[in-house]
Amino acid sequence: MSNNRLKKIFQKKSKNLLSIYITAGYPKIDAMPKLAGVLARGGIDFIEAGMPYSDPLADGPTIQHSSSVALQNGIHLDLYFQQIKQIKEETDLPLVFMGYFNQILKTGIQNFLEKSTDAGIDALIIPDLTPEIYLAKYQSVFEAYNLPLVFLISPTTPLERIQLIDKISKAFIYVVSSSATTGKKGQFGLREKAYFQRIAGLDLKNPTMIGFGIDSAEKYQMACKYANGAIIGSAFIKSLHGEDYLKNAETFIEKVKKV
Amino acid sequence: MIYEVDSLGFYGTYGGAFIPELLQKNVSELQDNYKKIIQSETFQKSFHQLLRDYVGRPSPLYYAKRLSEKYRTHIYLKREDLNHTGSHKINNTIGQILLAKHLGKTRIIAETGAGQHGVATATVAALAGLECVVYMGEKDIERQAPNVSRMKMLGATVKAATSGSKTLKDATNEAIRDWINHPHDTYYIIGSVVGPHPYPDMVAQFQSVISEEMTMQLAAQTGRAYPDRIIACIGGGSNAAGAYYYFLDNKAVELISVEAGGLGIDSGHSAATSILGTDGVIHASLTKLMQDKDGQIIEPYSISAGLDYPGIGPLHAHLISSGRTKVLTANDDEAIAAGYELTRLEGIIPALESAHALAALPKIDFKPDEITVVNLSGRGDKDLATYLNHLKKYQ
Repeated sequence: MSNNRLKKIFQKKSKNLLSIYITAGYPKIDAMPKLAGVLARGGIDFIEAGMPYSDPLADGPTIQHSSSVALQNGIHLDLYFQQIKQIKEETDLPLVFMGYFNQILKTGIQNFLEKSTDAGIDALIIPDLTPEIYLAKYQSVFEAYNLPLVFLISPTTPLERIQLIDKISKAFIYVVSSSATTGKKGQFGLREKAYFQRIAGLDLKNPTMIGFGIDSAEKYQMACKYANGAIIGSAFIKSLHGEDYLKNAETFIEKVKKV
Repeated sequence: MIYEVDSLGFYGTYGGAFIPELLQKNVSELQDNYKKIIQSETFQKSFHQLLRDYVGRPSPLYYAKRLSEKYRTHIYLKREDLNHTGSHKINNTIGQILLAKHLGKTRIIAETGAGQHGVATATVAALAGLECVVYMGEKDIERQAPNVSRMKMLGATVKAATSGSKTLKDATNEAIRDWINHPHDTYYIIGSVVGPHPYPDMVAQFQSVISEEMTMQLAAQTGRAYPDRIIACIGGGSNAAGAYYYFLDNKAVELISVEAGGLGIDSGHSAATSILGTDGVIHASLTKLMQDKDGQIIEPYSISAGLDYPGIGPLHAHLISSGRTKVLTANDDEAIAAGYELTRLEGIIPALESAHALAALPKIDFKPDEITVVNLSGRGDKDLATYLNHLKKYQ
């Protein structure tokens, strides 16, 4: 656990953390390591590395599209882990796996966790593995590996459940900004602010990162007021168009980080 | 009942609710309340009254004399095709719309493949005066135009699922995403014994009226309380779950589930999930599904738009793996032949889905005094164009 780079980041820095989501294999099959280089130079704090899935239930149109393009490009799990290794050799950025439970189940949970550890993954986001099922069926196998699971909370998550999630979390808590799939547009209004404030006031033992629907410097700044940082996914993926996608990625990060 | 779900919604190792946190509130609201509501006297009264006066139940148990003669045994057909809207799907949508009303929901969503569940949902939404949105794969909208028109006439909005393979699996994904985006006012009427707990159990309970009636009809018509065998087709498996329900614990009843073989199990164009599938999670349920080595879901194929689902309900995964049900497959051509056979022998045009169940008949070694019930899940009006493509062969 001591060598977990993600934990170190949160120990070193408690405000304004920025995490960026990448869909592996998008827009080009070999894009992820290149994008990771751009993100490292751009000064982000950790990467959420998405393994594309054929049926991503929690994702909106942008990430659905990037996932299906990436799968058509030929991304597969072994190649994903090769690219993760490559990123780990080239940068110090912590890497968080994001994928769906079926991908892990089919690979074999132990096999998957071994591959993740070996490649240099620091934590896992599996949006469709609930705390209840995790505790009842899979906790012991996951705990044999030093790979913290990141659970999500949403505006409709009741207090006791937030406390349960805080108790079993070991890296950070992913605070979903609104009741929506990823990439929904719109400003944070009073309702979101009140929700962020409520979570901030709970004095949770884990750091929090706000994500879903963060598409501008303003929203990033605002999320940072109430949490340790923010995660940007769809808006970043959208910026990756054309042959100049690396340049566009760089510009995107500059804009978001500009205060 | 030894085939009941546990508190987390598992039948043995299958089932559960693998849902994103965003669905937790809606799903746990159902998990916490469905049994209590369904078992209440007022619910049961409204449910059975509507099944009788609106759906037209009990559906007849018909002794198919000429079919029986051909196979030298006794074959009965459970006539779900005679229900209002033309299939067993309405049994479930009546139950769920009452539940939605009870929970105070004002907006109904559903997924549909061939359109039968979409029509059954649009129908009960009209009956209840609730807004209704039906998700349907873009490809299925083209293939099933008459049902799209029926849904529109009933006042539903039909939204095209344009992601993935643009068929039933993607329509289901879109409906789930809609539910995530509407966490307060919306109720999701799932059409089969699939999805997160409690849907598989709840839908099976609503469909169980099929086997409940069978017990009484068999007793009255044959003097026997149970048949030797029940045959049903399975895609997700709701008509089979309903036809088996009251006989699950009675091992003297052989249960035969017929899957769609498509162009053949090894052809690469099949929907024989229990044979081609492995354990995995689809639409929030751990079951058997068709997938590649990385867990990416493989698109199934069948001539029947109601059977081309890459998974099966978790109850069926459990029944199959525990040996309680036996699986047979019927390929496209066998289903077409069985559809014509029933039409010519009995004057009943079956839905292509139900024709798969009938296609099992030539594969079974019947004894003359045995009683077999085939669940005739739907009528074939919607499939006429497909049947007529093969008319030459049967003239």
